[in-house]
Amino acid sequence: MTSTSPLSVIEPDGSVNGHVTSLSKDELMRCYRAMIMVRVFDEICLKLQRSGRIDFSIPNLGVEATQVGAASALRASDWFFPSYRDFGMALYHGVEPVEMMHNMFGNERDTAKGRQMPVHFSFVDPIHFVSISSPIGTHIPQAVGAAYAMQQRGEDTVAICSFGDGGTSSLGFHSGLNFAGVWKSPVVFLCQNNGYAISCPSDEQTASDGYAVKGEAYGIPGVTVDGNDLLAVHQVVADAVARARAGDGPTLIEAKTFRMGGHSTSDDPTRYVPAELVEEWKAKDPVDRFERYLQSRGLVEPDSRAQFHAEARTRIDAAVKEAQAAADPGLETIFSDVYAEIPAHLRAQGQEAYDLAARKGDAAAGDGSFPL
Amino acid sequence: MANLTLIQAVNDGLRTAMSADPTVCVFGEDVGPKGGVFLATEGLTKEFGKNRCFDTPLSEDGIVGAAIGMAMNGLRPVAEIQFQDFIFPAFDQIVSEAAKLRYRSGGQYTAPMVIRTPFGGGIRGGLYHSQSGEAYFCHTPGLKVVVPSTPYDAKGLLIASIQDPDPVLFLEPKALYRKIKGEVPEGEYTVDLSTLRMVREGGDVTVFCYGAMVAVCEEAARTAAESGIETEIVDLRTLLPLDEDGVIEAAKRTGRVVVVHEAPRFCGFGAEISAMIAERCIEYMEAPVARVAGFDTPFPNTLEHHYLPDARRVLDAIERTARY
Repeated sequence: MTSTSPLSVIEPDGSVNGHVTSLSKDELMRCYRAMIMVRVFDEICLKLQRSGRIDFSIPNLGVEATQVGAASALRASDWFFPSYRDFGMALYHGVEPVEMMHNMFGNERDTAKGRQMPVHFSFVDPIHFVSISSPIGTHIPQAVGAAYAMQQRGEDTVAICSFGDGGTSSLGFHSGLNFAGVWKSPVVFLCQNNGYAISCPSDEQTASDGYAVKGEAYGIPGVTVDGNDLLAVHQVVADAVARARAGDGPTLIEAKTFRMGGHSTSDDPTRYVPAELVEEWKAKDPVDRFERYLQSRGLVEPDSRAQFHAEARTRIDAAVKEAQAAADPGLETIFSDVYAEIPAHLRAQGQEAYDLAARKGDAAAGDGSFPL
Repeated sequence: MANLTLIQAVNDGLRTAMSADPTVCVFGEDVGPKGGVFLATEGLTKEFGKNRCFDTPLSEDGIVGAAIGMAMNGLRPVAEIQFQDFIFPAFDQIVSEAAKLRYRSGGQYTAPMVIRTPFGGGIRGGLYHSQSGEAYFCHTPGLKVVVPSTPYDAKGLLIASIQDPDPVLFLEPKALYRKIKGEVPEGEYTVDLSTLRMVREGGDVTVFCYGAMVAVCEEAARTAAESGIETEIVDLRTLLPLDEDGVIEAAKRTGRVVVVHEAPRFCGFGAEISAMIAERCIEYMEAPVARVAGFDTPFPNTLEHHYLPDARRVLDAIERTARY
């Protein structure tokens, strides 16, 4: 039931041993552009963080093929329950970089209204990219619940739920997979095994033979895939999605990949990742590898990457300008959205905050009256 | 009108909500064909089918987590946690997720759902079938915490909770499940959340209470009346968001306040009432606020009748406060 030998399609030289992908040429190029966009977004966010303009970022260097390959197997009507290292899925499906940048700055146009740390995105358009939570694994049973609603209404949509290797140790992984197995939920569980949960290596995370095998105890087939191979990831996720749409239940996919940067901008991976391991994975860079495949099919020119990179850079630079220029959220956003209707005690506390701000001459107070 | 026990009123409330709204789903451990360990969901699987009333694996985290996903995708889940004592594996889902989803997504995702759970002592349930954990949850912005004390309120508050756009923790005083009966209208009606219930009027002392303690306080008030002390009793019935203005008005009416709950005293709900009175109307007070609560110990089994506030303890506090 579990395949532990990872499916791999793209050889180092870009050849594919006769593999025929279901991705059209347009989709292949969309994947390529999305991966480059993730990389550029990361580069720019790192600079913004290092120069003190944003507080925090989560780099994706090395794991782009897993995110984008998976996203390319899903429809915009499906639901995404992402981890904090998944925004390539959003970019692939057309979330505007500027919408993400508003969150990085926590400004008034951020969908989370500046309440969350950066990278904790929430979108409902053009896809359901469910609000990211920092606690690990809590979204796993939630994805199963959302999928239950799909089942009950007889929809052919599915949910994809993505988490890291560390996430498999969480309570939510156990309860979520157990429920999904029993309910035959239309869910694809994507474990992105990038080698480390912050600094904890896999051999200290689990004694099992990889992560895909963990599905077996829940009656869920497990599949292992080379996470740096976009075509392979697309293939296994597409197969899992097809099973889910057909009513055959969930799949657990383990994508073996590697995070070539820190866990976050607050992390120094040189303290725990051997340098030679980074070198080893650099040689398997997912964007380079996919590019060689596209070259082998004559889909890209030698200067395509530089061109796409420059285009992404222009777009994201513009996004930074726009996001940076947007104001902070209004003081009232501390108190709104706690409940659908603001209760009396929060109204009173809101007015207190405005009164104090007004007395102290803080511009956030506006005319001093609580607007909600 | 039917004369129902509190548990029958809960069952009636669930049935009424499920009939009115096809998105309402009821689930939890043993709630399907068995109808729940207290029979709150009796007959619902048969009437509405097992897609709408069903058993789940034994996992509170899974039950609440799945409920959140259902709620964000268009269903109205009503999850049962078999005993409130077992809710703690789901604490993360309730506190970190359900209560914060609207806030952290700027209203894009919400969790309109109810978690029903029997709470409180009085059934010789010992450490793990008796606790009153409301204070843990009342410290959680984004959550509503509701406690009925009569069959009428149980049904009306439950339907209001199911219709509410925010997550509601619905704490059912299990000691009262079969102990009290009351008139319950047929069909749909609601009791507004965040409103107090005036149980008894009296000009000498105001007693704030909720859940199973309401009947205890009524008994104490009857005895106090024999010695000429007139006690007002206010059933808080929604602890979060609390009708704070209503509490302050009631406190001002007599200037003498007793707060009663089963949960341990330290950092209990009575502390909030007491602090609120100190902050907002201390100049009206004729006596210190008295708290009658469970002891700051785990919940004992054999001696639970000494642990739980009874009419004797409440009466003692009423008399001391009245005479102060």
